[in-house]
Amino acid sequence: MTETLTIGKALNLGLRRAMEDDAKVVLMGEDIGRLGGVFRITDGLQKDFGEDRVVDTPLAEAGILGTAVGLAMRGYRPVCEIQFDGFVFPAYNQIVTQVAKIHARSRGKLPMPIVIRIPFGGGIGAVEHHSESPEAYFAHTPGLKVVAVSNPVDAYWGIQQAVAHPDPIVFLEPKRRYWEKAEVDTGATPGPLFASRVVRGGDDVTVLAYGPMVKTALQAAEAAAEEGRSVEVVDLRTISPLDLDPVFDSVRRTGRCVVVHEAPVTLGLGAEIAARVTETCFHSLEAPVLRVGGYDTPYPPSKLEEEYLPDLDRVLDAVDRAMEF
Amino acid sequence: MSVSSATTEVVDPVPGAAAPHLPEQPDLVQLLTPEGERVEHPDYAIDVSAEELRDLYRDLVLVRRWDVEATALQRQGELGIWASLLGQEAAQIGAGRALQDGDVAFPTYREHGVAWTRGVDPLHVISLFRGVDNGGWDPVATAFNLYTVVIGAQCLHATGYAMGLQRDGAESATLAFLGDGATSQGEVNEAMIWAASFSAPVVFFCQNNQYAISVPLERQTRVPLYQRAAGFGFPGVRVDGNDVLAVLAVTRAALAAAREGQGPTFVEAFTYRMGAHTTSDDPTRYRLASELEEWKLRDPIARVKAYLSRSGVADAAFFDSVEAEADELAKRIRTGTVEMPDPPGTAMFDQVYAEQTPTLAAQQAEFEAYQASFEGSEHR
Ligand SMILES: Cc1ncc(C[n+]2csc(CCOP(=O)(O)OP(=O)(O)O)c2C)c(N)n1
Ligand SMILES: [Mg+2]
Repeated sequence: MTETLTIGKALNLGLRRAMEDDAKVVLMGEDIGRLGGVFRITDGLQKDFGEDRVVDTPLAEAGILGTAVGLAMRGYRPVCEIQFDGFVFPAYNQIVTQVAKIHARSRGKLPMPIVIRIPFGGGIGAVEHHSESPEAYFAHTPGLKVVAVSNPVDAYWGIQQAVAHPDPIVFLEPKRRYWEKAEVDTGATPGPLFASRVVRGGDDVTVLAYGPMVKTALQAAEAAAEEGRSVEVVDLRTISPLDLDPVFDSVRRTGRCVVVHEAPVTLGLGAEIAARVTETCFHSLEAPVLRVGGYDTPYPPSKLEEEYLPDLDRVLDAVDRAMEF
Repeated sequence: MSVSSATTEVVDPVPGAAAPHLPEQPDLVQLLTPEGERVEHPDYAIDVSAEELRDLYRDLVLVRRWDVEATALQRQGELGIWASLLGQEAAQIGAGRALQDGDVAFPTYREHGVAWTRGVDPLHVISLFRGVDNGGWDPVATAFNLYTVVIGAQCLHATGYAMGLQRDGAESATLAFLGDGATSQGEVNEAMIWAASFSAPVVFFCQNNQYAISVPLERQTRVPLYQRAAGFGFPGVRVDGNDVLAVLAVTRAALAAAREGQGPTFVEAFTYRMGAHTTSDDPTRYRLASELEEWKLRDPIARVKAYLSRSGVADAAFFDSVEAEADELAKRIRTGTVEMPDPPGTAMFDQVYAEQTPTLAAQQAEFEAYQASFEGSEHR
């Protein structure tokens, strides 16, 4: 069955299905029950599944993740919502020292099938701590997996796949794109969760993006086409593990690569990807791998976020620089 | 997941008004009833002059007007968001006016009334919600720290600052603001442990407005919040947060005790958030209109007005002059907001470090060159 869904609604339906499929799935978070979450991603779920399965937690992120660990030990599959990216840090200790390590520590006796849903990224005109991109902190942590969805189809399937997965997953949702729509075939067979995907073919430059920046990259590719440049766009989809084979194939053809993310460039995903692309595709490269990202400043007050965030112009600028090399 | 509430007796939380969903709170300090009658409390006497009373009324009215104007400005697209203090004016004015020179306040994001008492220009608060900066006031000069959005973090800062005061032998104290929801945060509990352990001169001022966004108090606590203090080893007191006199008296006493070396106090100002959590929120999804009606009867301003009129401390001319002043303030806020310039793009690089790094300086230069490349042309 095909439906037109926003990313937000696709997540909502995906969560609903995940809860129907497995009675051990428990949703936990601040304001996710009666309110349905500040972005309404869990709207209606408490009403239908009850307060035991959709839990409005006390205001304590360390508590949310720490008790999720215990619930997971007991055989539950907690799906934790962190209200905004900037509020994951009280839980950071639990995520990094416990969630990420318990499987290894217990020699596999204690799987941690925990999903940590985080609306991430900027562009919504919010105050401090509501617009951040903390993915590199998690990708840098062995034991965690990290994915970022960019569209309703991936949101719908991705959340179900993440919930069913045996390892802890930081599931990043592009908050400013929650309202973007697409057709979702809810009867289809989904592709794998941990796979990147070429979302637009091209010959001159390969542009890599994930989450909210995929749309920006596609818009840039469209604009570049008008100027006679053929840009291939890859939606990375999975940040840890990275799935770079499709990227290597692409870069071997184009010889040029630009990585785009909202997070500050220094030690961001772009750094890792540039290193790997260089290691693997060195002889095919016509230009150094370029990065477009946030500046190395705290995320600025919202009047400046347009200047801070990579946009179509900055992606095109990098494409130009890659071409001119 | 239902929790047995056998130990939680449900009684009338504010004498004269029922809120049956709330747990027992027998020791509510009140000096001015919702009807505007002056009552005495054995532990908290207060002697306020006629002029002080009028000033408190004026504070209450002006911050409410500021708040209403800010909400309107947000609706008109001039602010990104606004966190309303509606209903909490007395808690904030009472607490703010209890501060003395040398004391320092550590607010959340809702303490506009306290900001007012510290002489912070409303436009410097507005600029945060407009997205121009993270609060335009000088936290040192005003002794009013910047707004802290991450729930509870400022409680540790207030405690540490208080430890500094203590080391310096300063006879001052800090006032840490927090919400009912915040009491669940680990860091808030750590702050109370530190404060107790070092007998730090800090007062934890908790505005229990009954909700953390949509989550009611019962999810955060099974005992009245002020009783938590006992477990940490310092006094806790619950005050009618809609009674500016009681809040002033209780906070003054707590701050005085802290300054005198008696350590921390936890003040629970029992109040109600009359508006939405912020302008992004829709409270009809999680609370009943009847609750709001109930709390309207305990309005923090109406009772002061009733008392002032009845006792002859203020006349119609006074009330008119406050109204006129509120109109002026609203006008100034509106004009100042609409005309507030956007910050320059380079502002984000300016104060990241006390010593700018070469890497960031280079990035800033790149940014400036890039921005300049658009001069005179449209972005493509
Ligand atoms: C660490 C953290 N988690 C979540 C949030 C999102 N959030 C903002 S306000 C709020 C509720 C706060 O409730 P309370 O402490 O009662 O203060 P009130 O807003 O009622 O004044 C939440 C969950 C946050 N700001 N910080
Ligand atoms: Mg509250």
